[in-house]
This record gives sequence, structure tokens and C-alpha cells, in this order.
Amino acid sequence: MATPEKTDITCQEVVELVTDYLEGALPINERLDFERHLVWCSWCRDYLDHMRTTIELTGRPDESEPPSPLKEQLLDAFRDWRRTRG
Amino acid sequence: MQPVASSAQVADDTLVVAALRRGDESVFTELVNAYSSPLLRLAQDFVRTRSVAEEVVQETWLAVLNGIDRFEGRSSFKTWLYRILVNKAKTRGVREARIVPFSSLEPLGEEHVVPADRFRGPDDQWPGHWAEPPRSLDTIPEERLLSREARQRIAAALETLPDSQRIVVTLRDVAGWDSDEICETLDLTEVNQRVLLHRGRAKLRAALEQYVEES
Repeated sequence: MATPEKTDITCQEVVELVTDYLEGALPINERLDFERHLVWCSWCRDYLDHMRTTIELTGRPDESEPPSPLKEQLLDAFRDWRRTRG
Repeated sequence: MQPVASSAQVADDTLVVAALRRGDESVFTELVNAYSSPLLRLAQDFVRTRSVAEEVVQETWLAVLNGIDRFEGRSSFKTWLYRILVNKAKTRGVREARIVPFSSLEPLGEEHVVPADRFRGPDDQWPGHWAEPPRSLDTIPEERLLSREARQRIAAALETLPDSQRIVVTLRDVAGWDSDEICETLDLTEVNQRVLLHRGRAKLRAALEQYVEES
């Protein structure tokens, strides 16, 4: 890890800005400071990687099955619907 | 008929929509299995009882089937699905005079999303820099990182979030809504929406970190 410059934002600040960064809500100057920090700080790159992986995992269905009466009702409704389509 | 959608393929909207249009029950079953639990969870935030929430989920799937011929793919299927659910749940919630939890939005004061003791103190040469950095994910095999267990750990952590954070994270990261739509639907400012998203995501990341530490 290279030596940080005193003018850089800190890792603690990066952690608090990460959502604004990922959501495209950082003003250009802050975005540049953020990205400059990432260039030398592999730990914050790891943190960003954690965050991106978390978001990806959150978006994937966890495959917990719905309660079975609900599921049966939905399948019945589906079959009725299919019949009406002919 | 060849199987079109394993759960890994549920994301492929073109296949999913085509399969529903031709009445493919196995694909419908996959979708119901994948999404009904999270839809049910979200519906319960808007209506009073579990049974009404189940009705909302049923109405949602029926509306999906009845609207599938008109689905144009301008948003993803999932975004559309959640939009139908939230509209129906909100309508029911208003009728029931259930108050959507945003009136009790937690205060947006200073809060560290990562414990302060993981950073170097003010007397250190590099104050505010990591003392206990996160572990690199590069050494974790992808099949472990993106495993079913990992997804379940994140889903379990999502359950434990305060209502407002859970709803915002669900709409943004599960349903894939853009922030404008979330703000409008929940009557939130953009800043508050982002603060809720930030805090919610940070707790889910902590759950991922814990999972990774156990590897």
C-alpha cells in the first residue's frame, strides 16, 4: 500500500460515501477524491468489492419456497388462466 | 417442451415472458418459488395482516398473467412484478388505513455504518484509515461466494433490518427500481432514501463479511 497523502479522504469517509458513489450521487470533485483514494488503497477497493458482491447477492432470489397453500392456490389460478386463454 | 428457466435463468426476461405467454407451468412455478416469499414479506409492510398480504400476492400474480401480453420490457420483469405488488399493497393499505412505516422514519443523525474501532484513532499517523480492514474476496472461490448459503445469509440479514431500510433495500436491490420511483412511491426525499439504502446495505455487507470470515 502506498503512503496516503494528507489531503486524501480517509477510509472511514470512503465507507460513508460508498452508497452515494455507487448510486452516482457524488458531485464530481468528491467522486474524483473517492476514486483517487481507491487507486492507492486496496483495503477500500476490497470494501467496495464487498459492497458490490452484497448488492448482487441481495438481488438474487434466495429460493425459499412460498408457504404451500399459497403456492397451490397460485398454481390453480395459473391453470384457470391458461384454460381461459384457450 | 424443454425446460426454459432454472432459477439461475429466471433473470432472462425474454425467455420468462415468452414462456408465460405460452402457458408454461414449470416456468410459472419457478417464478412463484423464487419471488413469492419476498413479495409476501414486502406486502406485509403495507397491509395489516398476513392473510391480506397473501391475497395481495395472489392478485399480483394474476395481474402478471393477465398483463403479460402487454408487457413491453421497458423495465425488467422483476421491476414490473414488484411495481404491481406495491401498487396493490398500497391500495389495500390505504383502504385499511394502515400507516406505511415511513411516518416513523428513524432519525437521520450521525451513525457509523462500520464500527469506529475498525479505523485508526485521531492520534495515529493515519487517522481514519483502516486498522482492521475487510478481507479480500479474491481468495474466496466464486461458487462459495455466490452460493445458496450466501444468498440465504443476506436474505436473513435483510429480514432483521428496520422496516424503512428493508423496504428501500428491497425495492432498490431486489426489485431493481430506480431511486426516483422509490422516492415517489414512499414519499421520501432522495437524500433520505439514500441514507436508508446506505445503512441497510452496510448491515447486509457485515453479514457477508461474517460469512466470508467463516470460510
